Amino acid sequence: MCLTCGCGSDEVLIRGRKPLNKPKAPVSFKLHRVEAKVAEDSQRIVKLEQDILHKNDQHAQANRDYFARHGVLALNLVSSPGSGKTTLLVRTLQTLTGRYPLAVIEGDQQTEQDADRIRATGVSAVQINTGKGCHLDAQMVERALAELPCPDGGMLFIENVGNLVCPAGFDLGEFAKVVVLSVTEGEDKPLKYPDMFRAAELMLLNKCDLLPYLSFDVEQAEAYARRVNPDIRIIRLSAVSGEGMDEWTSWLEAQRPQAS
Amino acid sequence: MHEMSLAQSVREIIEQAALEQGFSRVKTVWLEIGRLSCVEQEAMRFCFTAAMQGSVAEAARLEIIDTPGRGLCRKCGHEAEIENVYDACPRCGNYGLQLVAGDAMRVKELEVA
Repeated sequence: MCLTCGCGSDEVLIRGRKPLNKPKAPVSFKLHRVEAKVAEDSQRIVKLEQDILHKNDQHAQANRDYFARHGVLALNLVSSPGSGKTTLLVRTLQTLTGRYPLAVIEGDQQTEQDADRIRATGVSAVQINTGKGCHLDAQMVERALAELPCPDGGMLFIENVGNLVCPAGFDLGEFAKVVVLSVTEGEDKPLKYPDMFRAAELMLLNKCDLLPYLSFDVEQAEAYARRVNPDIRIIRLSAVSGEGMDEWTSWLEAQRPQAS
Repeated sequence: MHEMSLAQSVREIIEQAALEQGFSRVKTVWLEIGRLSCVEQEAMRFCFTAAMQGSVAEAARLEIIDTPGRGLCRKCGHEAEIENVYDACPRCGNYGLQLVAGDAMRVKELEVA
């Protein structure tokens, strides 16, 4: 960096990293003076310090306020594709219908098949097709909420795009992320996709009815999940056999007062 | 690839700053990307170039300030640099370190003209 005027390509001031230890640049003084003049005339540094997700977080806060006003427990269901999220959701809705107002937002890249499966249970559902997008964001959810009858005092399930990576970073305004891991996927998923398991409050270990046919090590999977997130709650269940469904619905009911 | 939507958010932040602070061209963008954030740096570089097309930051140079992850052990209180969120405490071996740095994703500064 030029000691005379502070110009130069090695912008130590901006990086803010070890500003005092940088070597003094042995460049031509004359040439540097010319560059310095240009810099004084037309260039400047604008400090922003703004979180890249700032806008998403603003929409997420708007959603969170909406849920709080209406006493809605909103959950963001995340998993890899094929973990059985929709089947689990259908079964959950069948159990809770008549006890609480319910609604669902479905996220997929394409098709309305999942929303149709939900609507067949009698619960209102809005499908978001993200096109090429790999996750839902808070603004998409905000727009979907405008299309959906509000489940006042009840529960809203947001089924995210099947993807164990991208949805982890995007707050939708939910009360909690619930990650679904199925026993057909391999017990090391929590270590391979740690961001998602770290972001989740609850892990549902699904398809447990298939355990007799698989070499899946349940204890190891749970240990890996806790290594990433010591506070994660884990429920073993099967949306097909119904095993563990009572514990899951009890968990849901226990969260309601905290959300409202 | 969520880096594309993050790069589009960076574009929105820059365009908003251009309106508020009255500049028409960005030469350099400094992003702070923590090593334990959900961003892959190479993917961000690729998406950044695409997302800035037609904006005040088209052809801007991207500088990524890569900040290391730091974890705090809940058991022994030791704080250390970590490579992964699931690393064990280097002092006592306990898992589940609390992340205290290295997950930020921030537009730090712009060099503008």
